[in-house]
Amino acid sequence: MRPHSGIRVLSRLPEAWRQPLAVVGGVVAVAWLLIAAAAPLLAPHDPLAQDLPRLASPGPGHWFGTDQLGRDILSRIMYGARVSIPLTLLLVVLSLLIGGALGACAGYFGRWVGEGIMRLADLVFAFPTVILAMVVAAALGASLTNAVLAVLIVAWPSYARVTRGLVLGMREREFVLSGRLLGFSAWRSLRVDVLPNVTGPILVLATLDIGTALLLLSGLSFLGLGAKPPSAEWGAMVASGVEVFDSWWVATFPGLAILTVVLAFNFLGDTLRDALDPRTARAIKERAL
Amino acid sequence: MTSSALSVEDLRVSIGEQEILRGVDIALAPGRVHGLAGESGSGKTMTGLAALGLLPHGSRTAGRVTLGGRNLLDLPQRELNKVRGREIAMVFQDPATSLHPMLTIGRQLTEHMRHHLGLGRAEARARAIDLLGQVRIPGPAAAVDRYPHQFSGGMRQRVAIAIALACGPKVLIADEPTTALDVTVQAGVLRLLRGLCDDLGLAVLLVTHDLGVMSAVADDVSVMKDGLVVETGPRGRVLREPDHPYTRALLDALPREPSAARPGVIPGTPPVEGFDALPKEGS
Repeated sequence: MRPHSGIRVLSRLPEAWRQPLAVVGGVVAVAWLLIAAAAPLLAPHDPLAQDLPRLASPGPGHWFGTDQLGRDILSRIMYGARVSIPLTLLLVVLSLLIGGALGACAGYFGRWVGEGIMRLADLVFAFPTVILAMVVAAALGASLTNAVLAVLIVAWPSYARVTRGLVLGMREREFVLSGRLLGFSAWRSLRVDVLPNVTGPILVLATLDIGTALLLLSGLSFLGLGAKPPSAEWGAMVASGVEVFDSWWVATFPGLAILTVVLAFNFLGDTLRDALDPRTARAIKERAL
Repeated sequence: MTSSALSVEDLRVSIGEQEILRGVDIALAPGRVHGLAGESGSGKTMTGLAALGLLPHGSRTAGRVTLGGRNLLDLPQRELNKVRGREIAMVFQDPATSLHPMLTIGRQLTEHMRHHLGLGRAEARARAIDLLGQVRIPGPAAAVDRYPHQFSGGMRQRVAIAIALACGPKVLIADEPTTALDVTVQAGVLRLLRGLCDDLGLAVLLVTHDLGVMSAVADDVSVMKDGLVVETGPRGRVLREPDHPYTRALLDALPREPSAARPGVIPGTPPVEGFDALPKEGS
C-alpha cells in the first residue's frame, strides 16, 4: 500500500460520507455535541434541583420522567452530556497521544526501548480490560478523575501497538532513509517523514475507540467507581435506575443516551476507515455509480 | 589517489557470522563518474550506503571511508548529520518511493538547504526554482508547489537529483538511479547526471547492474562479486579487455545482436539471503 497523500484522502472522503450510516452517525454525533455545549440553554430544569414529584412517569413538564429524588431526567441527561462526552474525547485524545508516542518510539528506535514499551503493553493486554480498569479505579479511589485515569491505563496499549506496526513499515521506506541521508536528525525524521504517513489508520482507531471508552467510563460509574452523586453522569444514572426497576424511564433514557453516542461514533469510525482504505473507497464508488 | 573526493579503503562489513563486504577499495575523483557493477547481493548498495555512514543495526565495520580528511565511519551521529546532504548525497532507485508523498517538491528541496546552509525562506525558494531549472523540469516556478505524484517517473528522479544536489555536495551516490525508469527516460537522466558531473566537478558513484548504463556514462568501472571488488579500471579497458573471469562472464551474459543463443549462467550465489533489506539506523 502506498502512503496516503493528503490530497487523495480528501478526494475520497465525499463518497464514503454519503453512505446512510455515515450521515446518521454524523448527525447524531453533532447533535450530542450541540446538546452538551448548549445544555444550560436547552435543559428545562436544574439538573440537581429536587423540586419535581418523585418518580413521575414521562409527561408534560418532564418528558423523560423524574428520578427518585424528583430531578428531571431530561435535564440530567443533557447535563450528563457535558460530563461524559468531553471526558471521553479527552480520554481518547490522551490515550492516542500517549500510546502513539510510545508506539512510535518503539517502532522507530527499536531495540531495548521498543522491547520494553511493547512488553509493558502486553502486560496490560493480558488482563481483561474492564477488570483491570476496575482494579485501577478501585485502587486509586472512586472519583471521576480516577476513572478516567483507569481507562487511560487500559486504553493506551492498542494505540502503541498499532502505531509501532505502522512506523516499523514506514521506517524502511526510501524517503525516510533519504531524509536521514540529507542530514536530518532521527527526531525530525520521525516527526516529518514518518508520523504524517501513519496518522490515518490511527485516527480511525481513535474514532472507533470513542464508543468503547464511553462505555468503559460509564461502566465504571455504573459500578460506583466513577462519578459520585449528585453529579449527572449517565453511568451513575443508569445505576440509580436499577434500584427502582419499576420506573423504567429512570435507567432507560440515560442508557439510550450512551447507546446513541456509542453508535454514532462507531458509524463515524467506520466511515473514516472506508474513506481511508483505497479498496473500500473504490467499492463504494462503484456501488454509487 | 591523493586527489580523490571520497575514498573507501578496505571496507569490511559483517552482520553476525556473515561477511557482506570483504575489503572494498574504491576511490572517487571529482568530475568523474565511477560505475559500480555486479550481481544482486554482491554488495553494491551496501558499499553505497556505507559511504554515507549508514550501516545496518548490529553490523561490525572495519576500514575507512574518507571524505574531506575525515573517516565517516568514526564520526559521531551529530557530525555525520552535518556531512550528509551537504558534502555527500544519495539518489535512490525508485523515485516513486524516495520522495515524501505529502510534502511539496519545494518543501523537500528547501528544507535541508535552510538546515545546512542557513538560507532564508525566500532565498531557498529561489535556489530551489533555479535547481529545478538545472535538472530541466519545465516551468520550475510552478513546479515547486506541486506534490511528487503530480510528476512522471523521470521527472521525479530529476527532482530527487535536484534535492540531492541542493546543498552543493562534492560526492553523489546514485544507487540504480535509472533502473525504475523506461529506456528513453533513462537516457535523459543519465545525460543529466553526466552533465552535472562535468559542470559541477561532482564525484559520482553510479551503482548499477546494467552494463549498458555503465558504458554510456562511466569514466571508471569497478566490478563487485561476493563483497569484493574483483576488477577496477578505466571503462574502456575493463569493458573491452576484462582481466577477471567474472567481468568477462558478465559481459558475455549481455544479449547482443538478435541471436538465438541464451545468455550464459554465472555460477555462484549471493552470500546472504534477503540481503537487500535496507539498513536500519538507531538513535
